[in-house]
Amino acid sequence: MARNVLPGFRLGLGYTLLYLSLIVLLPLAALVFKSAELSAAQFWDIATGERALASLRVTFGSALIAALINAAFGLLTAWVLVRYTFPGKRFVDALVDLPFALPTAVAGITLATLYAGNGWIGRHLEPLGFKVAFTPVGIVVALTFISLPFVVRTLQPVIEDIEPEIEEAAAVLGASRWQTFRLVLLPAILPALITGFTLAFSRAIGEYGSVIFIAGNMPFISEITPLLIVAKLEQYDIVGATALAVVMLVISFALLLAVNALQWRMANRHSAAGARR
Amino acid sequence: MSRSFRPFAIAALLSGLLAALPAAADSVLLNASYDVARDFYKDYNPLFQKHWKAKSGETVDIKQSHGGSSKQVRAVADGLEADVVTMNQASDVDFLADKGLVARDYAKKFPNNASPYTSTMVLIVRKGNPKAIHDWGDLVKPGVQVVLAHPKTSGNGRYAYLAAWGYALRQPGGNEKTAQDFVGRVLKNAPLFAAGGRDATTTFLQRRIGDVLISFESEAELIAREFGRGDFEVVYPSQSILAEFPVAVVERVVDKKGTRKQAQAYLDYLWSKEGQENAAQNYLRPRDAEVLKKYSAQFPTVRTFSVDEVFGGWGKAYAAHFRDGGSFDQVYQQK
Repeated sequence: MARNVLPGFRLGLGYTLLYLSLIVLLPLAALVFKSAELSAAQFWDIATGERALASLRVTFGSALIAALINAAFGLLTAWVLVRYTFPGKRFVDALVDLPFALPTAVAGITLATLYAGNGWIGRHLEPLGFKVAFTPVGIVVALTFISLPFVVRTLQPVIEDIEPEIEEAAAVLGASRWQTFRLVLLPAILPALITGFTLAFSRAIGEYGSVIFIAGNMPFISEITPLLIVAKLEQYDIVGATALAVVMLVISFALLLAVNALQWRMANRHSAAGARR
Repeated sequence: MSRSFRPFAIAALLSGLLAALPAAADSVLLNASYDVARDFYKDYNPLFQKHWKAKSGETVDIKQSHGGSSKQVRAVADGLEADVVTMNQASDVDFLADKGLVARDYAKKFPNNASPYTSTMVLIVRKGNPKAIHDWGDLVKPGVQVVLAHPKTSGNGRYAYLAAWGYALRQPGGNEKTAQDFVGRVLKNAPLFAAGGRDATTTFLQRRIGDVLISFESEAELIAREFGRGDFEVVYPSQSILAEFPVAVVERVVDKKGTRKQAQAYLDYLWSKEGQENAAQNYLRPRDAEVLKKYSAQFPTVRTFSVDEVFGGWGKAYAAHFRDGGSFDQVYQQK
């Protein structure tokens, strides 16, 4: 390994590990430790109960849809914010962060009010047969709202780094617009897009505050796993709650790991292809 | 600003800050309470402070902590130093008794099951009662949408659930099976479960979802203050559940802080004429017969049954209905 210009690698690494342990690992370890009060059979019963499985499907399914929506429209938003100037651009740019700042319960109540049958938006959708508030669709709406900033903010610096000249060069060399996007821009953006998608997805999985106000919370239909966890806490079944939490944690971690592996492979392939050329 | 002025400015700022702090009280009490008790204790605390000053010459500062009641007791169990807890369900105080923080026989330490006031569950319908809802039995009619809070995550929802169950059980020929069947049919008419009592109210009145809202009698009055009286009617069912609001001294905390005397007096005073009047003014049914009579116009007579009578106490009610696999879950497992 090349000697780093800056000294203090050991100190830096030590501090990083200590910090991560305190902030991330310790609470998670406590969680896993607490759930270990259950026997394996009990744990399995909780994790694979019909109700729990249904809620996991709702939670991960709607988080996935919300993250996909944001991957598409977040990319568009980031592109527009970086590449174009228009009046009020700074204002729009600041708007993107609002879902970060707003208490999620407020977001949930506001969205429920908007999308309810007599709300500003709901009143136009309901006659068409679309029910949003108090259905699983409502969950997706809430999750899309709270996870939008992750995609936009991850993509912006990357898009800023792509110089417009590259697109011009591609055009001069005879690439069509679609080819320019697919072969020139997308490979550069993709790793960041996947990161943004992953962040949005993870954020959406854990969301509770906004969802319960718009979901309707019907068992098997619109019940998210965090609600089941809260229901367990409500009956002072803290161990049972940690068991469900551990299940969510394991699934999330596996998914994140898979995405990271994918990204790593892609980055490798990309640089290998670059070297071959 | 020139340098020589700076110390003066800082001193002036500091003294301003100090003056802004309240005069030190002789003792400080922390009352951990449920969410919607905010208004009640906002009115009650000054009454008690005045009373305590007159009686003992001491000033007492009272801090309030409000939140979902089971979250509150978990916080107390985890070390929130509340001198007293004022809750909306015995099961929450029972939890603290199990942990040894309050006396095992806390319900006997004060009159009336340690509940200074009561309420009951009523049916709130749209103006003119278009779906002709007069009793619990009407909730299972086809085409009637029932709005209630989630029985697994909110006390309001649990009372609504148990009220419907108790009604069915106490019908001629009623038994556990008919009650389960009845409540199942009520829940089939519920388009959603609101996050909590207040959310159920908002859903019903503001978003205009459902034909009937099940909630506390006291909530109906708050709705009237908030949304006006022109929009809804309160239907008193033939019988309903008696909601009790138990209070208790947190023994371990008052012993440590030396505030037992004040904490005890604070809760005792809830049963005084002033305390009872305050309850009535907040639309909670006072225990004092005279005060109740004075406010009889706002509290129509209802036949009530208590959780103890019908369910054998909150512990049993909880285990039978709201634990995982209990009657609530069974309704949804039959699909």
